[in-house]
Amino acid sequence: MVEMTRPVAGRSGATRDLSAPVVEIRGICKAFPGVVANDDVSLAVFGGEVHCLLGENGAGKSTLMNILSGMYQPDAGSIMVDGQEVRIGSPRDALDLGIGTVYQHTTLIPVFTVLENLLLGQGRGLSMDQKGALAGLKKVAADLGVDVDPHVQAGRLALGQQQQVEIIKALWGGSRVLILDEPTSMLTPQGIVELERVLLQLKERGLAIIFITHKLHEALDVGDRVTVLRQGRVVGTLEPDTVHATPRPELQERIVGMMFGEEAAALAGVAEVRGQVTGRRARREISPEAVLELRGVSVEPQRGEVGIHDVSLIVRRGEILGVAGVDGNGQRELAEAIAGQRAIHRGDILLGGTSIRHASISARQRQGLRYVTDDRLGEGTVSSLSVAVNLVLKRIGDGPFWRRGLVREDAINECALGLVEGFDIKTPSVQTRCGTLSGGNIQKLLLARELSFEPKIVVYNKPTHGLDVKTTHVVRDRIRELAEKEYVSALLISTDLEELLDLCDRIAVLFRGRLTGVVENRVGAEWEVGRLMVGGESR
Amino acid sequence: MSNLLTSTFLAALISGGILAGMPLLLAGLGEMVSERAGVLNIGLEGMMLMGGYAGFVVALYSHSHWLGLFGGLLAGLVASTVMVIFCVRLGLDQIVVGIALLVTAEGITSVLQRAQFGTTYPRLDSMAALKIPVLSGIPALGESLFNQPLVVYVGLALVAVAHWVLRSTSMGLHLRAAGEKPQALDAAGVSVTATRSVALLVTGSLGGLGGAYMSIVGAGIFVPFMTHGAGFIGIVIAMLSRGRAVWVLIGAFLFGMSVSLSTALQLVGVNVPQDVVNMLPFVAVLVALVIFAREAYLPAALGSPYVRGSR
Repeated sequence: MVEMTRPVAGRSGATRDLSAPVVEIRGICKAFPGVVANDDVSLAVFGGEVHCLLGENGAGKSTLMNILSGMYQPDAGSIMVDGQEVRIGSPRDALDLGIGTVYQHTTLIPVFTVLENLLLGQGRGLSMDQKGALAGLKKVAADLGVDVDPHVQAGRLALGQQQQVEIIKALWGGSRVLILDEPTSMLTPQGIVELERVLLQLKERGLAIIFITHKLHEALDVGDRVTVLRQGRVVGTLEPDTVHATPRPELQERIVGMMFGEEAAALAGVAEVRGQVTGRRARREISPEAVLELRGVSVEPQRGEVGIHDVSLIVRRGEILGVAGVDGNGQRELAEAIAGQRAIHRGDILLGGTSIRHASISARQRQGLRYVTDDRLGEGTVSSLSVAVNLVLKRIGDGPFWRRGLVREDAINECALGLVEGFDIKTPSVQTRCGTLSGGNIQKLLLARELSFEPKIVVYNKPTHGLDVKTTHVVRDRIRELAEKEYVSALLISTDLEELLDLCDRIAVLFRGRLTGVVENRVGAEWEVGRLMVGGESR
Repeated sequence: MSNLLTSTFLAALISGGILAGMPLLLAGLGEMVSERAGVLNIGLEGMMLMGGYAGFVVALYSHSHWLGLFGGLLAGLVASTVMVIFCVRLGLDQIVVGIALLVTAEGITSVLQRAQFGTTYPRLDSMAALKIPVLSGIPALGESLFNQPLVVYVGLALVAVAHWVLRSTSMGLHLRAAGEKPQALDAAGVSVTATRSVALLVTGSLGGLGGAYMSIVGAGIFVPFMTHGAGFIGIVIAMLSRGRAVWVLIGAFLFGMSVSLSTALQLVGVNVPQDVVNMLPFVAVLVALVIFAREAYLPAALGSPYVRGSR
């Protein structure tokens, strides 16, 4: 159970010195085939402090966390807990050392009750102490100021509540170190405020908290000490004195410099930073002409889905309409219904005023309706085929690439060369197997394919999910430019609220397959969207 | 047709259902346990054959049915260690290994049977029934339900045990977690490998016991390929049971009764062609699948090997 009375207590029960680090790692190295994820990383974590690990995707933050939680073994380096060198060979070892982890991807089992989830790993063999666990849960929940029903299935809880259960689980058994990996990625703005409140409570109790994030403003909001990682290395640590004493803009500038290196000045427009530096995008006039209209569209849910119910919306010419919502609230169903990959059982879809309800996928494609899937490797590309063929994948059998059923390689290659250049796809040649490309380049390939041959409206499903900062930047600019300069409309489905606030004219919100509202993107929109994301009524 | 519901018919139907249903119950129960832990054991039929053969041989030479059943259980256990090593420890594909196990078991048991007995098929005495006082006196049902070999009651007790273990113990919780989200179990500090290994050993033991029941109690002889698809029917029952032991019991006896139906019909003077008789269990599977396929719940991580930290 969490030690509540003594603020800082070791396993021995003796009060420890706050000035000595609880966990210290020295010279950690970890390589995966082809990547050095951690290169000589050292840092110290103190009790009663939130230590932020900041860095962009692929900087090695999660690897480091997985080493501390016993999921990975480091290639070199040492870990000290309370000044003693330890080996963390498994998650069990980490838990025994008092290191609790809230992973980025939830480790709650959705079909188990909250109580069952908490009981995992608590007993052995035939014993199971339900009563004890129930009492323990009550106490920890009360201490954290959260309220959870122990008998409800974890999968039925809102994501914010699931995370609270994860935190309770990580603290179970008396953890003194709490690691949180990208804890805000699934939360609404309201959920983030709640999380910050809980963290403050834990901090006051003397817990050492490691908070991993790629968002600069979050690190500044919660961090007492900030360590910046870049390409697997520590590029700098800001001590608490500095963090608390330096004015925020100056601090921000220093960290941007550390995160992105010398070329940081050129990156004033990096999406992550832009929202804080330049404010929201300027408003612009949108023509009232509807390009895509959904009228009361419903889709039957398949296993594990929510389906969509009675969704009506209009996307106007040149408009970027965002669709916000926590993942799994009908986003994929909506996108596939529009693209024609899924039958709708009620309602109608109009493209440029005519119904396309019964039009095939390829007919919709030819009429200028495009779909950039979020499943880049599964349904987006065929990894064993060449880049060139993948670029014309949706035009198989059409001229000029095919003639009388025979493939015309020259025409395909010529077209592919143009697209590779136009979309800056980094590939050794157009004949290279698509599967060997990096995630960012595969996404560029998808965009090249969908955005060529006269698109009218493009449905983007999580277009920057999992991409590095630079590619994210490129993709967002492409979406924006296409809408503003060529009046290609966009239905932008994203779980990243900042992305939507950055790009969209209006933001629609999906919750359990229903549209709970459409919000104009202006100052304060995030709060309204956040409220709708958890099912609040539209004002 | 008026004598369809006579006591003769019911007695034949029920005792036949138990005779044919017991192996399905044991094997299905085992399969259900490993599926809940996330391991799809396609080799169940192979484990049954191994158990059937080994059990028969042990019973024949030791002149003890019980030693034979135990020998069958051990043989199934040994067979399942193959899956433990290849699927759980080394993370190989469960379906490929399962099929390999099945084919190997079919080969080994028929070769050994042939080498040992040639074309003769020695027969065991039938196992003594345990007549439960009072209850066995119930008209029509009593004689068939409560006058069975002890091992039948053991099988029924196992249903209750499996139900309790899965539902109310840490071991059961960990087992289910291994099937739903092994990374969560690992993160909670419990070995996924150990949990799944235990589940597979249970499957192997029960599959072996089911096979031994078939040869020792059911038929009294061992014939190559004698399981005749029972292992696969066991897999179907386990999947349709949605992980609940009681439904394995119900499923196994429904399938068992579909086998005994023709015998029972013949007893009351309705003649059914032999081909239809042989077809019945498989028709029953088809019907069950068509009607209940949507109801089947499979654990989320079924069939996927777990390797910590893989990306």
